[in-house]
Amino acid sequence: MRLKCPVCGERDRREFYYMGDAVALQRPDPEASDGVWDDYVHNRDNPAGVTRDLWYHEGGCAAWVVVTRNTVTHEILKTELAAHAPKVAS
Amino acid sequence: MGELVTKSACEELLPLQIGGVQLSELTQTRMTSLAPKRGQEDALSDVLKGAHGMALPAVNRATGREGARAIWFGMGQVMLIGPMPDVALGAFAAMTDQSDAWAVVRLEGTGAEDVLARLVPLDLRSGSFKRGHTARSQLQHMTVSVTRVGEQAFQIMAFRSMAQTLVHELETAMKRVAARSAS
Repeated sequence: MRLKCPVCGERDRREFYYMGDAVALQRPDPEASDGVWDDYVHNRDNPAGVTRDLWYHEGGCAAWVVVTRNTVTHEILKTELAAHAPKVAS
Repeated sequence: MGELVTKSACEELLPLQIGGVQLSELTQTRMTSLAPKRGQEDALSDVLKGAHGMALPAVNRATGREGARAIWFGMGQVMLIGPMPDVALGAFAAMTDQSDAWAVVRLEGTGAEDVLARLVPLDLRSGSFKRGHTARSQLQHMTVSVTRVGEQAFQIMAFRSMAQTLVHELETAMKRVAARSAS
């Protein structure tokens, strides 16, 4: 598997550290309800299909990258810097 | 206080010559990381040109020459290697002294590309990785900076604490490349 780092270009998967669902970019308001926070902290979908997650280019330029990929076909649909990524999943 | 003795990162480990490939250490070098302030890259580049004779390198590129080099070193970071940094750079970049923090080695010879092909997950052949190209990548499990500094020469940088591992990995690959070409 190869990922296209928005900074360095296409690189081997081993240079990246997988962090998890990009939901981390959608932190709720501190005053949001317990239900909203429970969802943010604990509940994740496990889709057979398109998913959006955070990867860290640890063995490279140190960028946090949002990767949109398909878990069934292994296709990489999009990579973007987390700093520039929309805060809500599209 | 005891008497302090200067030791380079790869002291007693280098130089090495195996087959057609040499591995040597770049010692006693001033290293300064430059983190350009937001929007100040062009101004920083101008000062760098005036003071040290090289422009600020683009992503995946290095500028300058032996003795005074600027290497792209990751997101928002450039490593100035060689000169004592001009204080004027400080107006446009955050500067940190990194001297002695990195082990810096030079791998040179006709088999140098073959040695790195066994260790680094990048295409470092001259067709795609030319002189002045650089990359942050991995050498086995270590994060490194790799720069082509000559037709058959690479500069490789790893954390100083990993110097012995760096030399071990390179030496092992150099022996195997030499054995392969001898058989």
